[in-house]
Amino acid sequence: MTNELICTAKEAVYHIDDGACIMVGGFGLIGAPLTLIDALTKSDLYDLTVISNNVGEAGKGLGMLLRQGKLNKAIGSYFTSNREVAKAYHQGQIDLELLPQGTFSEAIRAGGAGIGGFYTKTAVGTELAYGKETKVIDGEEYLFEKALTADVALIRAKKADRKGNLVYYKTARNFNPMMATAARTVIAEVDEIVEVGELLPEEIVTPHLYVDQVVQSELVLTKDGVKSVV
Amino acid sequence: MSNVKDMIAKRAAEEIKPNSIVNLGIGIPTLVADYLNDDHFDLHTENGLLGVSAVREDDIDPLRVNAGKLPVGEAVGAAYFHSADSFAMIRGGHVDAAILGALQVDSKGRVANWAIPGKDIIGVGGAMDLLVGAKKIIITTRHVSKDGSPKLVGECTYPITSTRIADTIITDLAVFQWNGEKYVLTELMGDASLEEVVNNTTLDFEVGVNVGEG
Repeated sequence: MTNELICTAKEAVYHIDDGACIMVGGFGLIGAPLTLIDALTKSDLYDLTVISNNVGEAGKGLGMLLRQGKLNKAIGSYFTSNREVAKAYHQGQIDLELLPQGTFSEAIRAGGAGIGGFYTKTAVGTELAYGKETKVIDGEEYLFEKALTADVALIRAKKADRKGNLVYYKTARNFNPMMATAARTVIAEVDEIVEVGELLPEEIVTPHLYVDQVVQSELVLTKDGVKSVV
Repeated sequence: MSNVKDMIAKRAAEEIKPNSIVNLGIGIPTLVADYLNDDHFDLHTENGLLGVSAVREDDIDPLRVNAGKLPVGEAVGAAYFHSADSFAMIRGGHVDAAILGALQVDSKGRVANWAIPGKDIIGVGGAMDLLVGAKKIIITTRHVSKDGSPKLVGECTYPITSTRIADTIITDLAVFQWNGEKYVLTELMGDASLEEVVNNTTLDFEVGVNVGEG
């Protein structure tokens, strides 16, 4: 198992199918699996649905997949950070589903925990509540939100051990730990791969049972933008 | 006071009780941090950090940012967590105050701050969760929009962010507090006159005692 766990980005994305639903970690490019996304740009995959807070930035991260016309649909909370998303949407090139960020992250946590959905007060009475079931609980109105799951999750962590246990780095953690739980196949891009036993059991955020593949990162976000480290 | 944004931010800081957990939105709210005493509050940012502090130029880390994706520092005693936990803190009522910007606030206390009809803004971020979940909502905004039209209006024409009532509104002209039924003008800001506030506000409010006298 140890040998099968670690692979290249190209090998990791090889088994993804056209039309797949893919969760992608990151708050913009912060904590995004840049090497795995880059591998998707070099693949011949099309008609993808992405579940990610943003669609990267213009031409960067998932923004490159958008430019390539590989995305059919995006589910997230903030597409404004890439102006090309609204343009593609108005031209009918991409379908968008907008969720409040807390609802988005909770829907992924629920999906990973085997919960079909949940009731929240967030968005009650707003445009984002249209068509959604409401329920009064203890005198207050709540909105039903369905859980989110995916075929594949592409996530980023700071370190993995050779079993696939993961630890994260500062605010690069963001959506990655939930996404690690909510997809059938989970591929983690990491800055460093260490021996089993080197991570303290108490510090592990994502236990190895969630993780199917580990890929050594080749692209990192620096103060001066995305840089290759190979 | 260098400008009106700082004046608004300084006044907003006075609304924060010691030992509060505070979430700051983008724009004027971010400036409030400059007027809060570090020993008496903890700043929460919804992308996963409790204990946000100012950052020195030589300590900038591109992977340590606030919800506006700006680099921030890490206070002593800070903690990191993932987004689902972060929003559980917000919706669960564990954040004492959220200081937010607004496009409009109306007579019913409803805030619009996430979308402008006809503009290519397709994003809501954490705005709806913060309005629903924070224990106290403080709105900081310019009193009128760039074209001079009122931002404090009878009824929001922009899509609302929540039906939750904003507790306090602080502008460059005035401070309003919700009294359970409507907004009360409790203070005039800077050199503003009551007449100036009345002329630039279509939101229904009553004038508090001693305001605008002398």
